[in-house]
Amino acid sequence: MKFTKEHEWLRVEGDVVVVGITDHAAEALGDVVFVELPETEIMVSEGDEVVVIESVKAASDILAPVDGEIVAVNSKLADNPGLVNEDPTGAAWFFKMKLDDLSVLDQFMDEDEYKELIGD
Amino acid sequence: MTDLQRLPLHDLHVELGGRMVPFAGYEMPVQYPAGVMKEHLHTRAAAGLFDVSHMGQVILRPRRDMATLVVAFEAMMPVDVAGLAEGRQRYGLFTNDEGGVLDDLMFANRGDHLFVVVNAACKAQDIELMRKALSPVAEVLPVTDRCLLALQGPGAEAALEALVPGAAAMRFMDVGVFGELWISRSGYTGEDGYEISVPEAAAEGFARDLLAQPGVMPIGLGARDSLRLEAGLCLYGHDLDQTTSPVEAGLTWAIQKSRRTGGAREGGFPGAARILRELAEGPARRRVGLRPEGRAPMREGTALYHGETAVGTICSGGFGPSVEAPIAMAYLPAALAATGTALAGDVRGRRLPVTVADMPFHPTSYKR
Repeated sequence: MKFTKEHEWLRVEGDVVVVGITDHAAEALGDVVFVELPETEIMVSEGDEVVVIESVKAASDILAPVDGEIVAVNSKLADNPGLVNEDPTGAAWFFKMKLDDLSVLDQFMDEDEYKELIGD
Repeated sequence: MTDLQRLPLHDLHVELGGRMVPFAGYEMPVQYPAGVMKEHLHTRAAAGLFDVSHMGQVILRPRRDMATLVVAFEAMMPVDVAGLAEGRQRYGLFTNDEGGVLDDLMFANRGDHLFVVVNAACKAQDIELMRKALSPVAEVLPVTDRCLLALQGPGAEAALEALVPGAAAMRFMDVGVFGELWISRSGYTGEDGYEISVPEAAAEGFARDLLAQPGVMPIGLGARDSLRLEAGLCLYGHDLDQTTSPVEAGLTWAIQKSRRTGGAREGGFPGAARILRELAEGPARRRVGLRPEGRAPMREGTALYHGETAVGTICSGGFGPSVEAPIAMAYLPAALAATGTALAGDVRGRRLPVTVADMPFHPTSYKR
């Protein structure tokens, strides 16, 4: 599993990358009440706002970590946004991306580096 | 950047796991480990303890007699001060010459003086305003050595009665002095409850005693905001400001007959021309409740449309944990203010449906 500075986790499944947010991020967001997911089969660029998460307190974005195609979204989150707080690194993945070249993921942190970032 | 002030109970909030954020010049707990949602629901189900010591507490002590003070205080707002009995509290509004709201407040008749509680962000302005208006007739004495705690929810009565016998006998908007505690039966959640002024030196012990009562949990600013929004209550600086009149804000209940046209002491407050005219003819715009369709909250600043016409902006909005849906408030042209009016709100570039709705969004349960 890889981690971004924006507190996303990236998990490779075959030729796609599954994207979610870390426990640390979910904790900081507070109770999630709404998740707006992107459409599938669209090309996105690194830094594009692809998901909006609304907590009781505020709205925040999830950015596309790399260039690629959104191939799947987790529609469970539309009905049960609270899943983001219950199981952020498991059931509450947000979207899957297909990349041209998975080696772009090498730039991201591994778990130890991420834990250091959040001071855990 | 101005330095943030710390609350006297800062260390207790940190010990309780409070996440401290800047608010109105203070470091305030926005939430505790339970989180906003649970804190909100707990307050409606049992009891929540809020530290609102950032608010301004002020004593108005008459130089000659209460009658002179009352006359001068009435000249600051469109509210019946003279008719407020000893031991009772009332909601008030300082208005400007244009009929806008300078602040909203609570004031209590405590026999030989008035006790006033104002918003934290406005307290310097309010003290200045009161000194200007009242100095000839009263001393304006900011109370700086006391905390203000709010205990809210259906469990508040039993929890406070256990520590302060007699508190249960109070009715909504009663005030009383219990030893060193100044207590009013009021709050900002729509629930029954109390607001308690306690000397700083005794505040931590008292707060811990309250938290030790069955069902009492510490509640942060996050839930305070969602609770007041569900109750349809205004937050100054968001739902009220110097351009909104009390009539536009739907606070006509706070303007008693005696101060209206034909009343015993009609007019004679700042902005009377506009406020009395709006009372007679209706205001051009009104504060309304809104229910967005679906689950996406519409936050403060969301632009509202009727057809293609921009008609207003959301002044408070979020998710209502007890309503289990997004809720909001906005000012709309009077013609569009009727319950059921269909509008659209611009959420991140998309127009989503939203309907004008009755307030409160969650029924209030004051102990009248």
